[in-house]
Order: sequence, then structure tokens, then C-alpha cells
Amino acid sequence: MGVGIKVENLNAWYATNHALLDINLHIPGNECTALIGPSGCGKSTFVRCLNRMHETNPIARVTGKVEMGDTNIYGDISPVEVRRRIGMVFQRPNPFPTMSIYDNVAAGLRLNGFHNRRILDEVVERSLQNAALWDEVKKDLRKKSGASLSGGQQQRLCIARALAVDPEVLLMDEPASALDPVSTAKIEDLIFQLKSQYTIVIVTHNMQQAARVAERTGFFLNGKLVEFDSTHKIFTNPGDKRTEDYITGRFG
Amino acid sequence: MTRIRFHRSLDDLKEKLLVMAGMAEQSIQRAVEAYRTRDLSICDLVDRGELAINRFEREVDQMALDLLAMEQPMAIDLRFILAVIKINADLERVGDSATGISDRVRELEAFPMADLPVDTPKLASLATGMVRKALQAFIEADAAMAESVLSMDDNVDKLNETAYFTLLNVMKDQPHLAPQALAAVMISRSLERVADHATNIAEDVIFWVRGADVRHHMSVSEIHPA
Repeated sequence: MGVGIKVENLNAWYATNHALLDINLHIPGNECTALIGPSGCGKSTFVRCLNRMHETNPIARVTGKVEMGDTNIYGDISPVEVRRRIGMVFQRPNPFPTMSIYDNVAAGLRLNGFHNRRILDEVVERSLQNAALWDEVKKDLRKKSGASLSGGQQQRLCIARALAVDPEVLLMDEPASALDPVSTAKIEDLIFQLKSQYTIVIVTHNMQQAARVAERTGFFLNGKLVEFDSTHKIFTNPGDKRTEDYITGRFG
Repeated sequence: MTRIRFHRSLDDLKEKLLVMAGMAEQSIQRAVEAYRTRDLSICDLVDRGELAINRFEREVDQMALDLLAMEQPMAIDLRFILAVIKINADLERVGDSATGISDRVRELEAFPMADLPVDTPKLASLATGMVRKALQAFIEADAAMAESVLSMDDNVDKLNETAYFTLLNVMKDQPHLAPQALAAVMISRSLERVADHATNIAEDVIFWVRGADVRHHMSVSEIHPA
């Protein structure tokens, strides 16, 4: 099941560039939360802080508190375990190109020490089904490489790969921005289905997409969280003039 | 990502609606004038105006539909377009009310003028004043001005009710004046409907500007508590 994420006084830097300034918010469990804002506003940095990807950049630094359920992810827990529990899907589908579809999905499990064939088979099938890809690839699981799939299928394969290690939270950084409308619709349907099992945070430049898939939306600007509210409120009657100006295209 | 073309289109939509609003307002004023003077040539103007108002109604709806379909408006822009669609329908009905009054004037041609004890000009003045003020609130995006329109509706309702009972007595006491009294009842009712449309327009302005739904007697303070 998905868990909530509580963020307190989160600050992040790239060298001297203060990229996130005192972010405080509570992302509810088993919901989809969308993050919007102009390029460079800090929304991608923010999600990278949620699973400690930010610190993989040698010039990056982060302070503050992020709690996933009862776990302080910057506390006594390894970054690898954090990233298992908080999966991530990126803008460009990035399957392991030389691996089969099966091996792509099983890779995370194997990395975590699972080698039992029966268990791997079960998890690969379940993950591909949850990613709405099973029916399209079940005949070619071991024959075809991940890279041979279409862009939309590759992205769902990456979602399956993230789901295989049984995360509680799924972070998606513009997961459909490189996809055609049909593939985008499939990803959005998938998000809708997945939120009963996972907490989903999606970064998107497509405001209609945020409106379609997310219960809550946060608007970032210049490293600050300007507004965080129900998606309905944000897109029909936002409380902050800057949010309204952004979503109505009056600046950006 | 500034959407200059889209915002110009919103300005065009507003301008188009205001042209139509001017026609609807003029139409009701002409109808009342036709009733006052029994001048059927003014009725002809009302009828011609109604055709133009109907054409504008379709054009405004089409523009609004295109913007909804093509531009995916958000927040205040979305509320604006929804308000325009609804105001458009109200203005068309103001035009219908004018035509209704005009029809009564034509029916009265066969009857002599009667000095009825009701203040139809005052009712007309109040109703058209409400329309004008609601449209001014729309032009200026002024929710406070729109609120003041809502409070004017009670006066019109009272005047209409008084006219109804007064004219009922006229019909009972002076049956020979029944056709004129009946027409006056219907005209009074049409003007009361015009005031209702002005109220609707004012509510739509409040919705557009504040995002607050004040329809069906929900007070503004209920939605924006102090």
C-alpha cells in the first residue's frame, strides 16, 4: 500500500545555487499528487530529494526532513533501500537496452538478491500486468529486448521495472512528455489504476494531464512551493495570483 | 508560455457579448417605449432586433465553444468563458422578453388606451437599470457592483406582485378594461423576468471574478465568511 510523505523545511542546493527553499508539504498516501511549474522552478529537484537521487550529484546538497510513513528517509536507512521503496520513472524511457523484457523487469529483484525462478516469474508477470503491458509482451518476454518496444511500451516497461521491487511510492518525472497521445492516455489510465496500491507523485508540464490524474497539485516557482491544494481548486480557483497567472498562461 | 493569442480571443469574446448586451438592453427599452406610446413601428424595431440578438447568441456560443475545445482554459479564464455562455443565454431571453412585450402592444391595438393604476414605467426603469448595472459589473469585472444588483431584485419582485393584485382588482371591478389589464400583468411579468436575468448575469460576474457560486439565495457571506 502507498504511504504518505511528509516534507519539512526542505532546502536543496546545486553548489551555491539554492534550488529549493523551505519546502513544507504533506503528500497523502494512495493519491496522485502533481507538481507543476515553469522550467527550472525546482519541481524535478524536489522529487529527486524524495528518493535521495539529488545527492547522487556531487555538487548537490540537501537539508530538512522527508518522512515516508514513519521512516525518515535521510535517517538511518540506506539510499538503496529508499530507492527500492520509492521508485522513479523518468521522462525518457530508459530500459536496459541489451536485456530482454523479462530481465528488465527482474533486474531490480536480482539486484536485491532474489534469484528463485518461480518467484521471479510471478513478480515479472504481476508487474507487467500492473503496468498494463503483459498482454502486449507475454509471448516475447525472453525473445525481445526492452529497446525493441515502442516508446509507450518502453515507458510502461520502466514502470513495471519500478513496480517489481514492491515500492510504496512511485515518482514520475514527466513520464508521458515524450509519448504520443495514445501512449500518454495509457500511462494516465495506469496512474489512475496504480494509485489504489501506491502513492504517486508526478512532475508534469502538461496541466491538463495534472488535472486529469491528480487529486492534489503543487505549484513551484523559483524554488518555492507557492501553492499546494486540491487539483480542483488549483485549476478552477487558485488561491495565489502567481498560480493563476501561470496556469492561465499570463507568464512563464 | 504567455498565451497572447488566446487572451486576445477572450477580449474578442467579451467585446462580442457586450455588443449583444447593448442590443438586448436597447430592445427592452424600445419595447417599453412601444407600450407607453402604442407605436407599432417601434415594435417592428424590437422584432428586427430579436433576429440580430439570436444571431449573436449563436456566434457567441460558437466562439466560446471553440475556445473551450482549442485552448483548454484554466481558472479565471475557464470561469470567464462559462460566465459568458450563461450571460449569453440570459441576454437572449431579455430579447425574448422584449419581443413578448412587443406582442402585447400589437394585441392592444384594438383597444383604447387605459389609465391603469400601476407604475409600469418605474418597473421598467428598475429592471433595465439592473441589466445596465450587471453589464457594467461585467465590463469592469467588479464583483461588488454585481452584488449590489442582487439586492435590487426584491424591489422589482414587490412591484410586480403589487401590479398583479392591483390589475386583478381592475379586471374584477372594470371588466371592460380586462384586455388592457391582462396585457399589463403580462408586461409586468416580462419586466420581472428581465430583472431575474439581470440577477443571473450579476451572479455569473461574481462567479467569474471570485470563483464563488452565489446562486439560489446563498449569501455572499456564506461563501466568503468574514
